[in-house]
Amino acid sequence: MTPRRLIRMLWPPLLLAAVLLLGWQLLADHSIKNAEVLPSPTQIVSAGWQQRTAIWHNAMPTLRETELGFAFSFVVSWVLASAMDFSASVRRAVYPLLVASQTVPIIAIAPLFVVMFGFGIGPKVLLVALATFFPLAASLAAGFANADGDADRLLRSMGASRWRIFWTVRVPGALPFFFSGLRVAITYAISGAVFAEYAGAESGLGIYLQQMQQVFRADLVFAIVAVIAVCSVALFALTYLLERWLTPWRKYERAEKAGR
Amino acid sequence: MSEFLLETKGLTHEYARPGGAEPLAVLDGLDLQVREGEIAALVGPSGCGKSTLLNILSGLDRQTGGAVTIGGAGSVAYMPQKDLLFPWRTIEDNAILGLEVGGLKKKDAREQVRPLFAEFGLAGFEYAYPAQLSGGMRQRVALLRTVAMQRPVLLLDEPFGALDSLTRTQMQLWLAETWQRHGWTIVLVTHDIREAVFLADSVHVLTPRPARVARRVEIELPRPRTVDTFGLPQFATLERELLGVLTSGDVG
Repeated sequence: MTPRRLIRMLWPPLLLAAVLLLGWQLLADHSIKNAEVLPSPTQIVSAGWQQRTAIWHNAMPTLRETELGFAFSFVVSWVLASAMDFSASVRRAVYPLLVASQTVPIIAIAPLFVVMFGFGIGPKVLLVALATFFPLAASLAAGFANADGDADRLLRSMGASRWRIFWTVRVPGALPFFFSGLRVAITYAISGAVFAEYAGAESGLGIYLQQMQQVFRADLVFAIVAVIAVCSVALFALTYLLERWLTPWRKYERAEKAGR
Repeated sequence: MSEFLLETKGLTHEYARPGGAEPLAVLDGLDLQVREGEIAALVGPSGCGKSTLLNILSGLDRQTGGAVTIGGAGSVAYMPQKDLLFPWRTIEDNAILGLEVGGLKKKDAREQVRPLFAEFGLAGFEYAYPAQLSGGMRQRVALLRTVAMQRPVLLLDEPFGALDSLTRTQMQLWLAETWQRHGWTIVLVTHDIREAVFLADSVHVLTPRPARVARRVEIELPRPRTVDTFGLPQFATLERELLGVLTSGDVG
């Protein structure tokens, strides 16, 4: 993407955000005039800046949980989706449970996980994995299933083994699907960790958020929320970079579709 | 050793049908003879069982009766109807696919196919991706991938079927010219009688399902075949004859 296109893509949402923030500022300054109910954006920024060390120290464990949880769900989803691709009976057995896992309300089981696994990092990692694993596994499984049967036949006529076909056709063919799933999953990842900390933690943005709510520091609550949002958007953007790097052929496909 | 590089004798194939119904007969005693260095065309009505025949010849399926003998290394290089280039592989890496599957190292395989690019009109496109190429070029890459496997017989399934008419004619002229230099043994499946007459040394006309060879017509047009071949009186006669076989009751 050229810098010019990037600018053209970014200015409308940035402009809209600026207008909304300005409206918020005016509303807080001239109408509500109560920082405990609705702090203004400038109040939020200055409160966040004052408490930057506390926010930083609490953000680190949250990001760590996100990272580990995501790595865990990444590995499990590849293993499961591959197993489902190799065996129809595994697929039939696993897929319904996969869907069921997605319907489990994180809020309800987060406290249970804390009871079971304690206040450490373990239950958070598990919850992040649980929240992100379905979109990853489902998109991968769909990507594998989408593979062209004729490509299979071509490779078999060349004498390729099942493994060779899997690595040569299915894995690269599934990558675009995987990245769609990755984008959905990554938006759940940090909020999954925050939810998990809500249920009990020594440190982390979730527990910090809860503490600030209890002392009516709405300005800091908003500041923490903003940090969570910025991190999530940054991870989201990272998936695009990763995709461009790992699937370099896609830009030509898009150009071809656009009719050159 | 027979005089044919590829031969089928009394090839039959049936598919089992559910519920104890009569099995579906697709091939019914099909005899095919292809000499070394010859282009043998197969033409027939749609749905006559050509894909079944291709699956058997390319080793994807096993016939229920009869025999297939292939000389030399004993297998064919199959070029499917769709180009089936992998969008994530560069042209060069698509071309080496067969060699790679055969166990050759990437580096060695690349070295082996490199000299072919110029002849296939693909020089300079080694590192391009398939989406950057025109339909005709993609088809040449698919053919290059097939040729690179160095198997004794090339099995081409409607190789130019998806191209526009002008590109198709250009590809036919190019294939005739390139074949002249290499003398590949080719089994060419096509719907296009003109293409069959122009390229082939023999045309096997198949019957509707269950398929057998209704007629084998030798195409004794002079080689090399060029754009002038289309204007020869024998060309028109042969085309007319084949059209007659395909549209008359002879076939059934």
